[in-house]
Amino acid sequence: MNASANATAPVIEAKGLNLVFQTADGPVHALKDVDLTINRGDFVSFIGPSGCGKTTFLRCIAALEHPTGGTLTVNGMTPDEARLRRAYGYVFQAAGLYPWRTIAGNIRLPLEIMGFSKAEMESRIDRVLELVELKGFGKKFPWQLSGGMQQRASIARALAFDADILLMDEPFGALDEIVRDRLNEEVLKLWARTGKTIGFVTHSIPEAVYLSTKIVVMSPRPGRITDVIDSPLPKERPLDIRDSREFIEIAHRVREGLRAGHQDD
Amino acid sequence: MTRALPVLTVLAGIVAIWYAAAVWMNATWIFDQAERNGQTVTWAEVIPQTMDQARPLLPPPHQVAAELWKGVAGQAVTSKRSLVYHGYVTVKGTLMGFGLGIVMGVLLAMSIVRFRVMDMSVMPWAIISQTIPIVALAPMILTLSSQLGISGRDVPKAIIAAYLSFFPVLVSMVKGLRAPDQMQLDLLRTYGAGEGATFLKLRLPASMPYFFASLKVAIAASLIGTIVGELPTGAIEGLGARMLIGSQFGEPLIMWAALFAAAILAGMLILAVGVVERLARARMGVPA
Repeated sequence: MNASANATAPVIEAKGLNLVFQTADGPVHALKDVDLTINRGDFVSFIGPSGCGKTTFLRCIAALEHPTGGTLTVNGMTPDEARLRRAYGYVFQAAGLYPWRTIAGNIRLPLEIMGFSKAEMESRIDRVLELVELKGFGKKFPWQLSGGMQQRASIARALAFDADILLMDEPFGALDEIVRDRLNEEVLKLWARTGKTIGFVTHSIPEAVYLSTKIVVMSPRPGRITDVIDSPLPKERPLDIRDSREFIEIAHRVREGLRAGHQDD
Repeated sequence: MTRALPVLTVLAGIVAIWYAAAVWMNATWIFDQAERNGQTVTWAEVIPQTMDQARPLLPPPHQVAAELWKGVAGQAVTSKRSLVYHGYVTVKGTLMGFGLGIVMGVLLAMSIVRFRVMDMSVMPWAIISQTIPIVALAPMILTLSSQLGISGRDVPKAIIAAYLSFFPVLVSMVKGLRAPDQMQLDLLRTYGAGEGATFLKLRLPASMPYFFASLKVAIAASLIGTIVGELPTGAIEGLGARMLIGSQFGEPLIMWAALFAAAILAGMLILAVGVVERLARARMGVPA
């Protein structure tokens, strides 16, 4: 972990954020009056049904979408400036590895673009492969790996250039339950080891409660935040914490929040 | 063997039909001759005679094969009668046109993918260009290039070949360069990658399967273009010229031998492209 002095410094700050898409069927209010502060070292989950704007909000942080109103800062900069300063690594729902590159080659991709030296690249590739437990798979091509391993490789790719924010958009949504549990454990370990700030989009309540220090519950039409829950769970989380009373209580509150959002329809 | 068997079966069928057709078509001349001489001939006498005429209407396979062998192995390769010599002239034109076609196709595709204006203005013309019969266009290109003081037929032939071969490359490359989906483009954006890096690291490698698929069509089109470029009067070199000579001087064997030489050449060129494709695929990690 970093020094505790800046442990509560806001990394991402949204104030009155609005995003309206103009479509052929008229304007769509994807985000409405979103206020949120994410501090350094937070693990924040965004949960809600389809169309609630959770992915859109993550994309706004990544400067892949541009809000139409309100303010959003990342590390005190605009998202675009932060993007150009490589403030974050982004993990998509699909691993999206280039089939023509080896696993090591895929991890090298951002490093090539950012102009790291050859020796630096190799040492970073080794380090992140070890971090996601894919040591020895660097020379394999993506099709030789399972879906879970591919997603781990894509996380390694996002970690390679040492951004202090990791944005993950339903990274394990396409994987089966067992693989997902293991990867969740690994993400927690990774988070503990690196002290990164993580934004994590999911539609699984147990996943959100298990992983997060802060759970943001969102609802659709218009996309907005209905509840923000600061998790009282300890940092150290074995898988069986999911049977504890606190875990079930938080899960219940998340479910309530989701239901409340739906009643507005 | 399991792969060869169906191919050989079809080949045997074609040869059988060919022989039957040769007997049927060449018999007419023998019956006419006999009638003129007031003789009658039986089919048993006719059939052997259909197999070795000097100017058959349809030469049977063995005559074509013999003529082909004579043209390939029976002459010095520098001889004007050597099919190796004419084949070399045609291959040279084909490869020049092929290279020019690839360069044109790829450059046009790049600018079409990059600039919307190019997409709207150039693409329709590229399609229209392919609707003009090349036999009509070839003599004009030849005349024009000699008017411009270009000596020899190499350049106009290459232009004609490129005119046909750029199109499949263009269409495939436009599709290939647009193959990366939004997620892959977004990923590069999160790295702060510029247009150059996006092109080199993503669009170009993603287009390679499309590129190689188009090369097989392009090399065949290029060969056809070259042969058409050799047909207009005045050409004395190349398989196209050889076919024309055979037809004009009533030597069907020469024509058929040149035709088969061209077919064999096309097969070899496509095989060569296939080998290059396999090497590239292996390098890009495609499972065998």
